Amino acid sequence: MLRRILPFVLLAFVLAACSATPDRASSGAAGGTAAEAADGIGAEGLADGDIAQSELEGAPMPGSQEDLEINVGDRVFFAFDSAALDEAAQETLDRQAAWLMQFPDLTVTVEGHADERGTAEYNLALGERRAAAVKNYLVAKGIDPDRILTISYGEERPVDPAHNEAAWALNRRAVTVVNVVN
Amino acid sequence: MTERGLTRRRLLMAGSALALGGVPFAARGQLRVDITRGQVEPLPIAVSPFAGDGAGAAELGRRTAEVIAADLDGSGLFRTIDPRAYIQGPEELRDLPRFADWRQINAQALVTGVVRTGGAEGLTVEFRLWDVFAGTQMTGFRYTLARRLWRRVAHKIADAVYERMTGEKGYFDTRIVYVSQTGPATDRVKRIAIMDQDGANHRFLTRGRELVLTPRFTPDARRVAYLAYRGRTPGIFLRDLASGRDRRIGSFAGMNFSPRFSPDGRVMLMTIAREGNSDIFAFDLSSRRLVRLTDHPAIDTSPSFSPDGREIVFNSDRGGSPQLYVMARDGGNPRRISFGAGRYGSPVWSPRGDFIAFTKIKGGYFHIGVMRPDGSDERLITRSFFDEAPVWSPNGRIIMFTRQDPATDRTRLMRIDLTGYDLKEIPTPTDASDGDWSNLIP
Repeated sequence: MLRRILPFVLLAFVLAACSATPDRASSGAAGGTAAEAADGIGAEGLADGDIAQSELEGAPMPGSQEDLEINVGDRVFFAFDSAALDEAAQETLDRQAAWLMQFPDLTVTVEGHADERGTAEYNLALGERRAAAVKNYLVAKGIDPDRILTISYGEERPVDPAHNEAAWALNRRAVTVVNVVN
Repeated sequence: MTERGLTRRRLLMAGSALALGGVPFAARGQLRVDITRGQVEPLPIAVSPFAGDGAGAAELGRRTAEVIAADLDGSGLFRTIDPRAYIQGPEELRDLPRFADWRQINAQALVTGVVRTGGAEGLTVEFRLWDVFAGTQMTGFRYTLARRLWRRVAHKIADAVYERMTGEKGYFDTRIVYVSQTGPATDRVKRIAIMDQDGANHRFLTRGRELVLTPRFTPDARRVAYLAYRGRTPGIFLRDLASGRDRRIGSFAGMNFSPRFSPDGRVMLMTIAREGNSDIFAFDLSSRRLVRLTDHPAIDTSPSFSPDGREIVFNSDRGGSPQLYVMARDGGNPRRISFGAGRYGSPVWSPRGDFIAFTKIKGGYFHIGVMRPDGSDERLITRSFFDEAPVWSPNGRIIMFTRQDPATDRTRLMRIDLTGYDLKEIPTPTDASDGDWSNLIP
């Protein structure tokens, strides 16, 4: 998620830095203008005549993991104890399949995960089932099965370690990861 | 199979000493601890520091008694009396004890002994267990061993006392292997760790660079199988404890996990998950033949042999939700044994054959439970936010399991008596999960 919004945050930062009026020491915080308050980011520390410059993150390289995460969607989610792909999951996988068609040299690994409400070994099996479900869907869309590896992490790699339904829903997932070629 | 360097010999009743000491008290009912009832009043027992002959022997004699006392106290069946109350000292106890002195402090049983250092083997340890009120010796042994094994002898003595008093085998000369956990929840560092059951001789077997899970002892306690995410695909590895070397078990396509051993140590059961289906296989460790045991599109995993090696209990959702099933060792005649409301998992067959322990998830809670192998007499013995992965002590009396506290995320090994009493933590230097308990070390 962070990767998705980071470029925009940086962009906003740079724009704010360029447009903020310098804060005079004598006026103090109370004397700040409404415009300064709104542009709070970057308003401090710039003396007259300074222009701050920071590099904009470029658009992700086509065919990269970032490209997959930001422009396509790298993950799908599951109901409790299920490996069924709902509509939202299928739409994401349709995009993944199209993307994989665009970059025929890429191979991926689909990682299957489960929430903590099951025994560890059962969850390893459930994670594998989820990864396999994603792979089968992509293959049905025309992707060569040799391009897709699968692995299960069971409940061992939660993205959200909290013990509530919201966290568990985030953890019940299959994530597609571009394989790095040495 | 005896570990090199450790032999024992039964010590005869101190016959001549008895004759000198006079007539023993009128016989009473045999001194016994009944562990089949629930809450047992611990039996008061005195464990005297052992007398010593030779360099460092007196110190070893003292420490040996401490290890024995800690083992017996930890079982919940005995209450060792504070040595400061003892009237007779170790030197006097080389001869027949003066039983009146021990009756005075309400000891019902007494352990005495002698440690001798020097000599070719390194160490000789003798002990005797006395029935204080009858004024008789109940048992006694002499051990000769390499000096570095002195803790093991102390545990063997505690086992001998336990067995003589309860009629059941003890569990003190054993080891525990587990997954040590450190670091934040989203970036856990997991290492396989091993220790004596009383926490001594703790060391790490892996370095934390890879995810490791579910360690299991071989029946001879010489090797540990575990799952490691190492190399291109995760796999089951067999660690030889003496040499420190790993051997990868097969290279089967798909996810391999849940290693378990047959009672004779010849076969390793495992789960192989491929293309969305997981099934249980038996791998013969010498012939390297792989035999499929389940053949069903459901999730089949977490197998466990019966102690006679003829049947296997396992976890399957072939009925629509995770339940427990029993099949013959060749996979024949699988039948469901769990029928309560809730989801069942991680079954383990007691070494005594009389119960199967399992994890049950119901109404938002995890439980450790037991049931008869035919599924009857189901009883839940713990309840918490997260209790899982039960395993049995080798005498089938104690269940060790993993518990996590949702408020602190602390994960620990716990133990509880089969009857549901004496729940307590097993101390470990870090957070701990996935414990396995070895057999008595041969």
